[in-house]
Amino acid sequence: MKSLILSIAIAATAFSVASADPIADRKAIMKERGGLVGQLAPMVKGEQPFDAAKVAEVFTALQANAAKFDIPALFPESSKEGDTTASPKIWEDMAGFKAAADKFSADVAAAAAAKPQDLDALKASFGTVAGNCASCHEAFRVKKG
Amino acid sequence: MAGTVRKLAAGVVLLAAAGGAVFWFLTAPERIPEADIAALGAGDVARGERMFYAGGCASCHAAAQADPAEPPQLAGGLRLVTDFGTFVAPNISQHPTDGIGGWSLADLANAMQKGVSPDGRHYYPSFPYTSYARMKLADVADLYAFMKTLPAVEGRAPDHELGFPFNIRRGLGLWKLLNLSPEPVLALADASEQAKAGQYLVEGPGHCGECHTPRDLSGGIRKSEWLAGAVAAEGDGVVPNITPESSSSGQWSQSDIAEFLKSGFTPEFDSAGGAMAAVVKNTGRLSDDDRAAIAAYLKAVPGRPNGFPAKK
Repeated sequence: MKSLILSIAIAATAFSVASADPIADRKAIMKERGGLVGQLAPMVKGEQPFDAAKVAEVFTALQANAAKFDIPALFPESSKEGDTTASPKIWEDMAGFKAAADKFSADVAAAAAAKPQDLDALKASFGTVAGNCASCHEAFRVKKG
Repeated sequence: MAGTVRKLAAGVVLLAAAGGAVFWFLTAPERIPEADIAALGAGDVARGERMFYAGGCASCHAAAQADPAEPPQLAGGLRLVTDFGTFVAPNISQHPTDGIGGWSLADLANAMQKGVSPDGRHYYPSFPYTSYARMKLADVADLYAFMKTLPAVEGRAPDHELGFPFNIRRGLGLWKLLNLSPEPVLALADASEQAKAGQYLVEGPGHCGECHTPRDLSGGIRKSEWLAGAVAAEGDGVVPNITPESSSSGQWSQSDIAEFLKSGFTPEFDSAGGAMAAVVKNTGRLSDDDRAAIAAYLKAVPGRPNGFPAKK
């Protein structure tokens, strides 16, 4: 009986970590991430005036967004198939995928800490952060019909 | 009776020989007339750099580089794993023996526009000469001048790994009769000058149709489904439809498309994935005018339903 309770407890713990709908959850995080990048892009392109407070706010929000990217919970083996553009390479090279996510987190944290005070500083931070989008998507994302 | 058999046998041998001769004749590699090459002046390095990035040469022939400001190391080695077999991109650096440092302009032009090597063998169309055939010869001369400025890198890439019958290069001569032509894909009589400039970049050096258009059983481009998207020839998934009927990019404005080719960001700030991320590294180096022209052409092409099956 004890062991049964124990295994239920373990199962329950495991369950609280795993996400009920990991594909939907990770999509929501990526959507939010894109939206945040999109708030900075007009400034970088000179379509909007530079606003240091806004920049700090967005980089902090990106940092929080990166922290939510819990790979074991969001990319379980069971979520390879389905309405997803995640490449099978994620599961073939989980260490590489995690390294890419860690690099993004580190770059975002550095950008938030740098608190860019002018457009050139923003361009440098933004370039480093946004470079992660292309490199990670190149390796780990695939279009589907 | 024996005489009849002998005659028959002789006839068969003759027919086979004639068939062989016809095959040999039809599959003979074709070259650009020497006079056309001789008529070209020295190429221009700066214009050639534009062609190099429009042509996306580095995507297959260069290894990923830590510092994109460094000149590309064109040692080849990228493997394209397809249903026909595995193609390996060769060394096209200026190394005199491992690369193409010993090539003349005529050698480069015949490779890019006729799919023929300096020693007269057919190249496989994994090297997109079917698109490069639409380039102006003068642009190839400029590209040649630019490539001369790039470093020599040692090391030969391994050979392609192909099974029968695809390992018979001579057969590609027949394939070329069906699929190799310098003519534009679309007749865009009423299009703007900008769209026509984009047509040249897309159909020629940019070779966009090589991945974004479905192929027939022989591996030829289905021009009736030009740019309609396709099941990826290599790797997983699909290559998107980029005509105005595309469900992903059909509603994008001309400037949305140009921005995507510059930064890789879609209007929703999603970003290019898979092989397109590598393509954007090239298109990102083109001028705003060139990207706007490509976008104008993509807005002007006929809309097509998706060239790949719907999601399962």
